[in-house]
Amino acid sequence: MSDLTLLGAAETAAVVAGGDVSAREVATAHLDRIEQTDEVVHAFLHVDRDLTLTQADAVDQARADGSPLGPLAGVPLALKDVFTMKGAPTTCGSKILQGWRPPYDATVVERLSAGGVVVLGKTNMDEFAMGSSTENSAYGVTRNPWNLSRIPGGSSGGSSAAVAARQAPLAIGTDTGGSIRQPAAVTGIVGVKPTYGGVSRYGLVAFSSSLDQGGPLARSVLDAALLHEVMAGHDPKDATSINAPVPPVVAAARGELGGVEGMKVGVVSQLQGEGYQPGVQARFDETVALLTSLGAEVVEVSCPSFEYALPAYYLISPSECSSNLARFDGMRYGLRDGDNGENGVEQVMAITRATGFGPEVKRRIMLGTYALSAGYYDAYYGQAQKVRTLIRRDFEAAYAKVDVLVSPTTPTVAFPIGERADDPIAMYKADLATLPSSLYGGPAMSLPAGLGDDNLPVGVQLMAAVQRDEQVYRVGAALETALEERWGGPLLDQIPELVLGAST
Amino acid sequence: MPALDRDDVAHLARLSRLQLSDAELDHFGEQLDVILSAVARVAEVAADDVPPTTHAVPVVNVTRPDVIVACLPREDVLAGAPAAEDDRFRVPRILDEEEQ
Repeated sequence: MSDLTLLGAAETAAVVAGGDVSAREVATAHLDRIEQTDEVVHAFLHVDRDLTLTQADAVDQARADGSPLGPLAGVPLALKDVFTMKGAPTTCGSKILQGWRPPYDATVVERLSAGGVVVLGKTNMDEFAMGSSTENSAYGVTRNPWNLSRIPGGSSGGSSAAVAARQAPLAIGTDTGGSIRQPAAVTGIVGVKPTYGGVSRYGLVAFSSSLDQGGPLARSVLDAALLHEVMAGHDPKDATSINAPVPPVVAAARGELGGVEGMKVGVVSQLQGEGYQPGVQARFDETVALLTSLGAEVVEVSCPSFEYALPAYYLISPSECSSNLARFDGMRYGLRDGDNGENGVEQVMAITRATGFGPEVKRRIMLGTYALSAGYYDAYYGQAQKVRTLIRRDFEAAYAKVDVLVSPTTPTVAFPIGERADDPIAMYKADLATLPSSLYGGPAMSLPAGLGDDNLPVGVQLMAAVQRDEQVYRVGAALETALEERWGGPLLDQIPELVLGAST
Repeated sequence: MPALDRDDVAHLARLSRLQLSDAELDHFGEQLDVILSAVARVAEVAADDVPPTTHAVPVVNVTRPDVIVACLPREDVLAGAPAAEDDRFRVPRILDEEEQ
């Protein structure tokens, strides 16, 4: 078997199930690839060869015993360091959790384990998932494998970079305002935010509880669907988990629900044009034209409240963050600083949090504290929740007319590392197009749409109604087939070879 | 509405349990001002008759069967604590001198 890191997840599972290669060989190939490339990419915060091989050996043993194998058995995966997993640290990219080893597994991790998915390690991220570039990690930046001077997106930037750099065929990220879709877009891969409540949040360290959602990153629509199905489903341990069957995402990705012919597609007027780079707009326009040529009926849809998604999001998420992150008080887990026998508990908490949190987390905690204070609550948090209602109404009106909505995923291609690092508003604008569906709660996918400005990847975003996740996979799979026919293969085939040993 | 002065930012930092330096207070103060001015736009829309949305997909009255289940083993939990003593979390004193 040639280079196993070139295989997608579905192919890998097939060769392992067929006995052509062992799960151990697959895992070893990816561990070696990480060892060779992660010095320059820095996608991982933690890799444990022994723990990885133990998981792989269990799959090989199950196969030898004739036990049934899951659809992704033996497939390696990179896990965002915001999910708890026993036997490895969980840091959330923060100093405040440095070295913390959680005493329990996230539900998502339990499901991966039950399905024979082999977790390679934990990936880098913006601290507590707050950011769009992975520059807010306390453990250094992750670099975009397409161009090492660019950001890999965020907050799931370690996960996106790992998949694009062939360190893993699959990764898990989380998306609060675009943190799966935006990194997927700027690294030329597929990323999906499932319907809110579709994937359990148990063991996902909370940032903004009404918005956080785990989801897959992969190199193809089918691979993303296979992982989506393994991760998703009702969990009694998460009170916001939807108690209903998982939408048929794998069937949709295989084309079994049909193509896009006859589907109604809405182009969102507010999510294009001014503010979007020419190369991004051009790839988006071509994708829309392609949908028409494939037989979809394309109409323009106006969603006027989307204009207020960014301000509403930057009130709601910091408010929830300020409350959620109150748990990091230096008493029960993680860092404690200033405990000198003199300082009281309040001082120790304030010193610990000042030492342990980075600037963006501090900004958001203070912003949320302000928005929730007496006298300001109605004008800020209360008003933002009303805007959330208006955005939901725009979506509901749109989905009464069309099956899916489309937009560019991001206004620009990957920007240079450092460019927006201390300019919060500029950084927040990276999520302009992904925020509306986060506030609404519906599923959304970013799919590679070609190369734009500076020869860097552009993503197109496909959005659907709550619990209609299969719709984005159905359209995504049809588009992927048509686009790859045009390109003569996957977009990732055009990624430059990594220059190793030359960290910039 | 915004325009936070140094005292406002210091008050926010205190409420947030963040011990910040003067330089940090100034820097964050400026940035928070810019962010708050930008997000205050939510006041332009959504009249009084619009109800708030708290969750994307609301589910109500979620309960589990009233059955006792095992909790995490004490030693596993305390292993992650910054300080433990006598099978408990050890914490700094919780009262100020004058309160004792």
